[in-house]
Parts: sequence; structure tokens; C-alpha cells
Amino acid sequence: MMPWEVVIGLEVHAQLATSSKIFSGSSTAYGAKANTQASAVDLALPGVLPVLNKRVLDLAIMLGLAIDGEIASESIFSRKNYFYPDSPKGYQISQYDKPIISKGQLKFSNKGEGKVINITRAHLEEDAGKSLHEEFQNTTAIDLNRSGIPLLEIVSEPELRSAQDAVLYLKELHCLVRTLGICDGNMQEGSFRCDANVSVRNIEDPELGTRTEIKNLNSFRFVERAINYEAKRQIEVLEDGGVITQETRLYDPEKNETRTMRSKEDAHDYRYFPDPDLLPITITAAHIAQIAEELPETPWNKRRRYVKDYGVNSEDAAILANSPETSVYFEACMRNHAVSAKLVANWIIGELSALINKSSLTISNSPIVAERLVSVLERIEDQTISGKIAKQLLGLMWNTSDSADQIIAQERLGQVSDNALLEKIISQTLIDFPSQVQDYKAGKVKILGFLVGHVMSETKGKANPAMVKDLLEKSLTQGV
Amino acid sequence: MNLPNSVTEIIHGLENGTFSSRELTKAYLNRIDNLDPKINSFITVCHDQALQDAENADRRRATGTANKLTGVPYGNKDIFCTKGIRTTCGSKMLDTFISPYDATIVERLSSQGMVMLGKTNMDEFAMGSSNETSFYGRVNNPWNIDCVPGGSSGGSAAAVSAGFAPVATGSDTGGSIRQPAAFCGISGLKPTYGRVSRYGMIAFASSLDQAGPMGRSVEDLAHMLEPMAGYDPRDSTSSIVTTEDYSRDLEHTLEGKRIGLPKEYFATSLDYQIESVIEAAIKEFEQLGADVVEISIPTTPLSIPAYYVISSAECSSNLSRYDGVRYGHRCELPSNINDMYDRTRGEGFGEEVKRRLLTGTYVLSSGYYDAYYRKAQQIRRLIKNDFSKAFKHVDAVVSPTTPTTAFEAGKHLNSPVNMYLGDCFTVASNLAGLPALSIPVGFADGMPVGLQLVSSYFKESTLLTFGHMFQKATDWHLHFSQDNLKEAQ
Repeated sequence: MMPWEVVIGLEVHAQLATSSKIFSGSSTAYGAKANTQASAVDLALPGVLPVLNKRVLDLAIMLGLAIDGEIASESIFSRKNYFYPDSPKGYQISQYDKPIISKGQLKFSNKGEGKVINITRAHLEEDAGKSLHEEFQNTTAIDLNRSGIPLLEIVSEPELRSAQDAVLYLKELHCLVRTLGICDGNMQEGSFRCDANVSVRNIEDPELGTRTEIKNLNSFRFVERAINYEAKRQIEVLEDGGVITQETRLYDPEKNETRTMRSKEDAHDYRYFPDPDLLPITITAAHIAQIAEELPETPWNKRRRYVKDYGVNSEDAAILANSPETSVYFEACMRNHAVSAKLVANWIIGELSALINKSSLTISNSPIVAERLVSVLERIEDQTISGKIAKQLLGLMWNTSDSADQIIAQERLGQVSDNALLEKIISQTLIDFPSQVQDYKAGKVKILGFLVGHVMSETKGKANPAMVKDLLEKSLTQGV
Repeated sequence: MNLPNSVTEIIHGLENGTFSSRELTKAYLNRIDNLDPKINSFITVCHDQALQDAENADRRRATGTANKLTGVPYGNKDIFCTKGIRTTCGSKMLDTFISPYDATIVERLSSQGMVMLGKTNMDEFAMGSSNETSFYGRVNNPWNIDCVPGGSSGGSAAAVSAGFAPVATGSDTGGSIRQPAAFCGISGLKPTYGRVSRYGMIAFASSLDQAGPMGRSVEDLAHMLEPMAGYDPRDSTSSIVTTEDYSRDLEHTLEGKRIGLPKEYFATSLDYQIESVIEAAIKEFEQLGADVVEISIPTTPLSIPAYYVISSAECSSNLSRYDGVRYGHRCELPSNINDMYDRTRGEGFGEEVKRRLLTGTYVLSSGYYDAYYRKAQQIRRLIKNDFSKAFKHVDAVVSPTTPTTAFEAGKHLNSPVNMYLGDCFTVASNLAGLPALSIPVGFADGMPVGLQLVSSYFKESTLLTFGHMFQKATDWHLHFSQDNLKEAQ
């Protein structure tokens, strides 16, 4: 059998995080009642005109800088003409031959192997409305709240070679737009979605195979499964001696299959031409420089810095850096360098995440703010409490605003480090377990663990285990 | 009451209390009711609203909060959206459309306290040069009701000419203010592209459309332009260049001013009578002190084809929104979405609009874009360059406004290209975005002849001064078709 290579290019639609639409003053808030966020401009009433929301330029420039792309000093909006009920003007305002961003790059690694994917272009456009087919019988209803939502379409070269790579690329891009703050990345709400162009070829063939385009994939899992299904389908067709037809396909997550949406023959001639209602977009070097100055740190720089400056391992660095909220939290914990970064990382990734997952909260609105976590970790480091007690303490802190120290005092969680008290418990233990003491003295030093455990349980876990071990050893040797 | 002959006269009359805005408005409404059935210049007459606005204007005047134009009635081309009042754009497609908002210029004229008498007839979606494509029937030229009034602002031109309104708004994409002004013997100004906001003016060809005033005298145009002009943040193509006090700065000597006559415009076989009327007018300008020089606009023959490619391309996209989904006409019982589009648009649009939509769709299609649309845009740049060169030497470029006077209704209905050729002198200023003025300068066979002056960007004042000084020295603008109309009664 011929060795097949899968070739994938992705078109990502990232909703730009603005409070109003790209060409009107309507709100972009998600979830409003149908058509309550549709102004005269969004409804395309006769005589209305679009006015560019300049904020979208700043957001696009941010992406351009982060992917080291070219930012056009002059770019233009074009009209993409097609009839569809949820496209109220009969055309979509988009960018065609002069996009705002071109020639960028995005790097990611797959199992330690570094990959570089070229980004052909990123252009601004407006979203369409929504056709609602199910809600009404024999009727289609239109909701234009989405109409005019600003999108940045980010188009990669067909350089991805597996569904897994495609997902890793997408995740890195997702992480980037969220870190830059240009897109909230909410895939369920459609803020970040993608079309995948998929083809297969004989690995030695220099030419690309005929591609199909899978539309509107809105989860990483769907992207992976849709590409895998589609690649397998194409290989089967070719191995059976068939040909692939260029077409647009839809992925059905319930059946895990792709199916034809429209074929090339039905493809529109969009009759693009420059939109005469909008002036060319001009971007000065000074404008770019100003944005560059305020550009948030990219995820890859952040990950590198966490390893280099804080000494956390690269796996933890990725977890902390990939979510902007988590990284803000982590850095807040590290502000005064009161506790070790490794300890902070362990607790954020471990116990704190567990608590958050159990609740409906996120790390940015959890009741245990960074300062409170640090106050707990300080007590671990100064040995007031053990790790086990710290977990208990965090649980208690989740439901109260009392400080860690208040709770330690109230609940008497502090470790017993009173030598006299410990020595008393230890003497009693040695009396209670004479055979174990005999064994130890006969050289079975491992039995020490049992004795330590008993002392710990006598103190209800509040003793410092290292100290107990020390004192026990001392008593046992003294007793010889 | 006897209707005043100019806005200036109305301003004085209202200021001096000779008449109230209510009396004046009532008089215009009566005249419309009595005589417009012969002319058909209005699609909608706003009796109640107008009288109410007039009363408000009188109140403002009584309390000393009136502006210069408070209480002055006007006709409003039915291309400008008016809140709560039907806005049809001359089309069946919008027969039932009531705009929920006011166009910027409507807002501005209202805030001046001007009184809108009604919405004037026009070619459907402003596509036409004879006002014969209106869903509401053709408009008759008050000078000769068998003739067309020109278009697309034919209703506004006829209304002013017939004395139904002292002034009116118009819009001009390829001559739609100037050509009907010339055919009806009134004055009309197409300002620089971007001078007047397009927000709320129903789009025909966005890069060419420009609103402007129509009136009897240039002085009246100047009064009306003042509130119309100016930057509008809702129109990205509107200009931030500051406006001028157009009516105050009218009087300037033409001594030393230079007029350019493009040899290409006069090389065409102009009608002999029109040519002699134009020559006489040019002599008048010379007498007023202007120097006349011959210039060249070599791209002249390219204007019409470039214009029809660009305007059709843009309108094919602009009119896509009329799909029956959200407002306007929708066919009965569509069987599916494509059936709804087909029949809604098939029924809602008239012949001429369809012709332009097809032409525009064709010139933008893949494979034809470069040959038509791109080429037309290149020609457009050349035309701009030609005029820029000319304005290094002259203050105004002068020509007839139209190659013929108003023609008989029906004459060009079956020969659209002949109709299009009538725009040969007017389209270049739209393609270049330049301001252009048409003024009446005489008659040929009893029908008015218009002279066009084109000036450089934002030189509306220059044009108005040329026109005003001419009208101070002549009386062509004081020949009124309304007297004709009385005889016809």
C-alpha cells in the first residue's frame, strides 16, 4: 500500500474582543435576546453606512506583531457578495487582496519536535447573523445579534501533516489570542472556530492532492476527529481508484463523519470589490510602535521565563503560562518571592485546581486569591503546618474570608513542635511497643517508620514528622 | 397669498412678519394639491406634518430662537430617509417602507426649523435621466408637460420650477441634480464628494453619490447648502474640510477669474441653438471680467463607459439588501428561499434597475473584473488627473450641462444607450468627485438650457460666486415655468 501523507491548512475565525461591533455601535455581548443587539446598520436598512470600530485595528496589529507578520501600511475592506438570509446587506465586508496582516509564523512542538507553520494572512471581517431553523415550524427565523461581530480570520499555509499537529497548532494559536487579550477564545460561544482544508497525497508526490474544506469546527476534539475521518475517507476513495472532488463538507460529531455541504459547481462567484463606503485603512509605523510597547508577553516567552527565572520545570511552566488567568495568578503569588516557585506551581496545578474544578468558579474568581494561597504556603515552608494539613486548611479557607493564620489558630492546626510534649508521647510510645523497640535495636531500622506514624497519629497529624523522627532516633539510641 | 420668488425673499418675509411659516406652507400645499396632478412631482405630500412643523417654526420665531431658515419650506427627494414617513426611492420595492430614522441632512434641515412639504418623485433608485423609471409614474416638465423633467431628481426640479417648493434636495450620481435642473430651468449644485453626508441617503453608487441643493437662484442654493454641508461621523467618506458661509461670501468680482472650455466638449456636434445660448452665456462671463481659455480634457470620451461600469458595479452590490427578508416588498407565498429572492426582486425592481444590476453583476464577475471594473477605475484616475491639471490654469471648467434640452417622454425609453449618452457632460465630475453647478442661461425652442461649471475640490464658494454674479447680471433664472402652468390651467 502506498504511504499517504495528510496535508492540512487551517482558517481560524477569532472573534475580536471589542465591546461594540466592527461597523456599528451595537453591543457584542453574548446571549442576548434575538435581534436586541441589531441596529439600523446591522439590519442593513436603506441608507445606512458602516463606520469602522478602530479598536479592531489595534487587536489585529497585536496578532501581527506576535506572529512576526507584515502589518500593511495600507489595507482595504472589500465586499464579498452573496445572498443568504442571515447576511443582511447581501454582502459581507471582509478583506480580499490587501489583508491587514500577512506572512507570519507560529511555532509549536509535538512530543519535543519543534514545528514552524507559516501564516499566510490574517484579515478583518464581520460575522453573519444566525438562521434559526429548528425553533419555528416551516419557517426560518433570523437573529442578527451576531451580524457585524468583528472577526480576524487567520489563515495558515497547508503545512500541517497530521490531525494532532493541527490541534497543537490550534491550541497554540488559541493560547496566543487569549494571552494577547484579543479574543476570549470561548469555543462554545463561537468566539474561536475553524475551517480545515484537508487533502492527502502519496508521500513522494510533489503536488498537493485535491482538498476538501470542513466548515465550522468549534472544539479541538472535533477538529482532530473530523480531520482523521476525512483523511481516512479520502485515502479510501483514492485506494479504490476514485477521485476526490473539491467541495465544502460538514462534520457531524454525533455520527463522527463528514458529509457534503456544497460542491465546487455550487461555489459562489463572490464578486469581490473594494467597499466604497469605507476608506482604506492606513497604519503608521508610530501606531505599530505604540502597540508593540504595550504588547502582552507571548505565551512562548512566558513559558521560557518561568523556567529560566523561577526554575519550574517546562511541563509546569506550560500549564501556568498557557492560561492567561493562571499565569496572572501565578505571577501574583510570586510577586514578593515569599515562597518557592516550585511550591507555588505544585499547589496551583494540584490542590487549587482540584478545588476549582469541584466548584463552578475559575482561578480568577476563586475565593482563595493569590495572597491567601501564599499565606498557606508560607506556613508550610516555616513548618507550622504539614502539606496534609495545608490541604485541609485550603478547604476551610474556600468557605470563609478568615486568614490562614486565623484558621490555624482557631482550629489548632499548627504542628506540635513543643519538645517536652513530643518527648512525653515518644517515651510512652516506646513503653507501649516494646517488641518494635527490640526489633529496631536488633538492626531493623525500618521499623522506625511505624513508630513515627504512631507518634503522628497521637498528635493528630500536627507534629512535624522530621522532628518526630529525630527525637525517636535520639531516644532509641540513648536507651541502648 | 402670492408665493415669494426666492428663499431670500422668504427669509425677509418671515423675519419682517409679512407672512407666517404656516401661511406660506399652506400656500405651497394648496398649490401642490391644485397643480401637482399635472406634474406628478411629489410621491408623498406631508400636509399635517408640514403644517405642524410650520407652526413650530412660527413659535420659534416668536420666542427669538429661530435660525435663518426656520420656517422655510422645502421639497425632499424621496431618496432621503425620513423617520415615520414613507421613503420609497421611487421603487415598488420600498413602497411600504417607513424609515425608523432620519437621514443626516434631514436631521440638519429639521434642526434649522425648515419645513418639509413632502417627498419628491424620482427615477427608481436614482437610476435614470428622465424620471420615467419611477414606480410612481413619470414626472412632467412644467415648461412642457409632454417633455421629461430629467432625472433622477426630476421631481425636485419640477417642483421647484413649478413653484411647489422654493427649494428642494437632490442627489447626483452622474448628473441627477444638474441635468433635471437644466431641463427645468432652475439652479442645482452637486457639491464635492464628501461635502454632504450620505448617511440616510439610499445608496445607488456609493463612490459617486452626493446630495445637494436645488433652487431657482444660486443664492437660494447657498442658503440651503449651509446646513446640508459638513462632516458627519456616521459617513466615513464625509470630509473634515471646514465648510464656509456660502451665502455671505457670494459677491466677488469675476475680474481675473479664468474659465476653461474643454475643446472635447465643444467638438461634439452640439445642437446649434444650445451652442449659441452657451456662447452668449460665456460672453456674459467675459463681460463680468472672467478670462476664457481653451483647455483639454482628453479622457472625455471615456467618462460615459467608465461611469456606467462603476455605477452599475456598485449598485449591483448596494441593492442586494432588498431581498424581502427584513423590510420592503416580499413576493406572495414563496416556496423556498431562492424562489423568494427571485420573485421578490423580479417584482420589486423595474426594468432599468434590473438592467443596471445585471450589468454590474457582469462587470464584477470573475474573469471580467479586470477587463471592466479595474479598467474603469484606472480611467477614473486618469479623469481625475485631467481635471487636476486643468485646475492649475482655470477656476472653473464650463460646458453645457446637457447635449439637448428636455426631450419628449418615451423618446429614449427603448434605447437606454441614447439615454446614457445624455450624461456625457455631467458624469466626469462624479468620477473625479468635483463640485459642479448648473444654472439656467437661456432657451432653445422654448425649453431651458443649462450651463455647467465645474470647480476644484471644496471650491463650492467659487462656483456659487460665478453663478451668483451671472444671475445678478442676467434674468434667466427669473423666467418661471409656474406662469406657464397657470396658462395651462
